[in-house]
Amino acid sequence: MSSEYLVEVKDLKQYFPVSTGFMKKTSLKAVDGVSFSIRPGETLGLVGESGCGKTTVGRTILRLYQPTGGEVLFDGRKVTNSNITELRKEMQMVFQDPYSSLDPRMTVEDIIGEPLDVHKLYSTRAERREKILNLMELVGLNAEHARRYAHEFSGGQRQRIGIARALAVDPRFIICDEPVSALDVSIQAQVVNMFEDLQKQLGVAYLFIAHDLLIVRHISDRIAVMYLGKIVEIADADELNDNPQHPYTISLLSAVPIPDPKITRQRKRIILQGDVPSPMHMPTGCAFRSRCRYATEQCARECPSLADRGNGHMVACWNK
Amino acid sequence: MADKNNDFKKNPFSLQVDLSRFSPSQFDLATEEEKAQQEVMSESTTFFKDGMRRLKKNPLAMMSIVVLVLIVLACVVGPMVVPYGYEEMISVNGRRDKTAKNLMPFTWSKNEQKAIDEGQKLFPHILGTDEQCRDYFVRILYGTRVSLAVGLFASIIVLIIGLLYGSVAGYAGGRVDLIMMRIVDIIYSLPDMLMVILLSVIMKETLAPLIQNTVLAGLGVNMISLFLVFALLYWVSMARLVRGQILTIKENEYILAARSIGAKPARIIRQHIIPNCLSVIIISTALQVPSAIFTESFLSFLGMGVQAPMPSLGSLANAARSGLQSYPHKLVFPAVVICLIVLSFNLLGDGLRDAFDPKLRR
Repeated sequence: MSSEYLVEVKDLKQYFPVSTGFMKKTSLKAVDGVSFSIRPGETLGLVGESGCGKTTVGRTILRLYQPTGGEVLFDGRKVTNSNITELRKEMQMVFQDPYSSLDPRMTVEDIIGEPLDVHKLYSTRAERREKILNLMELVGLNAEHARRYAHEFSGGQRQRIGIARALAVDPRFIICDEPVSALDVSIQAQVVNMFEDLQKQLGVAYLFIAHDLLIVRHISDRIAVMYLGKIVEIADADELNDNPQHPYTISLLSAVPIPDPKITRQRKRIILQGDVPSPMHMPTGCAFRSRCRYATEQCARECPSLADRGNGHMVACWNK
Repeated sequence: MADKNNDFKKNPFSLQVDLSRFSPSQFDLATEEEKAQQEVMSESTTFFKDGMRRLKKNPLAMMSIVVLVLIVLACVVGPMVVPYGYEEMISVNGRRDKTAKNLMPFTWSKNEQKAIDEGQKLFPHILGTDEQCRDYFVRILYGTRVSLAVGLFASIIVLIIGLLYGSVAGYAGGRVDLIMMRIVDIIYSLPDMLMVILLSVIMKETLAPLIQNTVLAGLGVNMISLFLVFALLYWVSMARLVRGQILTIKENEYILAARSIGAKPARIIRQHIIPNCLSVIIISTALQVPSAIFTESFLSFLGMGVQAPMPSLGSLANAARSGLQSYPHKLVFPAVVICLIVLSFNLLGDGLRDAFDPKLRR
């Protein structure tokens, strides 16, 4: 309990080796020096376009990948390979695809009970069953369905199973890796609301990864925006929404659909020029400069680091 | 805001129900029963039940199961009912009956006819006798036993070696996988029939002194060398199959989920990987049986299979070759049994694949 933050990520780096032809290898910088921290019971939204390394950040925090550099502190303790098994009782993950993240040969009871089995969190079979039924009730699943197989459920129900599995060890921190992007919009709302209710009930902290800004804005206390493996802006959710600073964030926000045709017609969309550069051939200096309207020579020379603009609103840009 | 709602004009082509024409009193709240109907789920079926249901719908597969069960029953029960041994020459009143040579089905030799006329009761020679006065039906039953046993045991050996080798290569990946799979490629590229023949010749020489006075001696050197040949050569395709399966299953998110829970590799293999590739393994084992039976028959036909006087379907066919013009039925019977067994196993394997292979699921 030494620190204010539950999770602290410091300069996390994740490079993947990629072979480019015979005997030649380069590294793909999926995550390149990401730092952020999450307070207990808080939700940090992590947004960015496809391939910017959001998912990799989540998986590296849980040590599903070996980080190339940097460190993760959980509750003041450094996460290492030797204590990760123990820490997986505190940190859990909800996966993106509810269809492939549940083993098709296991019943719901066994899927939710697996964390209990692995960490030996029960003494009798009856206790195990009781815990599983409580979890199913918590996520709004019918207890009668415990003996069913995952393929018999709809997408939303499957994602509830995945959430129940993550909650089984009573974690303090859950990484939600695009948990709703594979679901229907109507189901998305249900699941997002359930995430909020669970947070109120259990006080868990979330790292909520998504590419849908509307949902992230709804659920998050703070939002971090990622571009090509780096965080370009972090701010409180409302602050980021009302007063975006980084040119990438501004263009991202201008792309959020507003369910009102009048406003949509009036407002100006900022359409970025060009494509996302390949993470194997990053531009020098600022990664965004190849598509930025404000790019200057300084952007090409040096990469801007996150600087505080007051109230914890951090932006990595030279110009704005 | 109320004005705005009144301004709204319904598109004449819209199929949307205009709710303003109804009053709230015209609506009923859904009862609990009606709510429950919304949550209708089909009856829960396990993967196995589901597969069996589909297998039962396949007439060819069911027929081959029936044929196989009949053949196995005949092998087990037959020799108990028929009072002749597979190496026993026919004798009448305790004396060898040399006239009972090469009898046609359901006929009696001169001496036997005499005994029957005197009031003795004798068991008929359902398929006649062979050139050494042995009951042919019993010999075919024993031959089927041997062939089936070779087929099943060889498949089990192939299964065990292939499963272990393939899962190690698939799960370890990287350099280990590369080296292990090159070894498989080398074995795969050898002409297998030539290797089988060479190996069984060599092993006959080297094994004979080794297994003397052991339990294995009863099996015969040739049988053991057959099993060894299967163990050495035929596991490669199984190993490849298992490796491929594990490579695909390893990429699934539920493996990642299991790791994020904190499950150890042994648990992941046992709980997630093996159950998910089990169906493919069972199917290819079922398809391995006929190929083993075929190889055994082939080797026995060449005189390199089981040891005389123990019959096998292949050696029976080989023995029938000499008198083919006079007694063609002696070749027909073992050949038909081989065909039935191999065909049934193949059809059953195909049926199993259709029923259990998730990729072919309709």
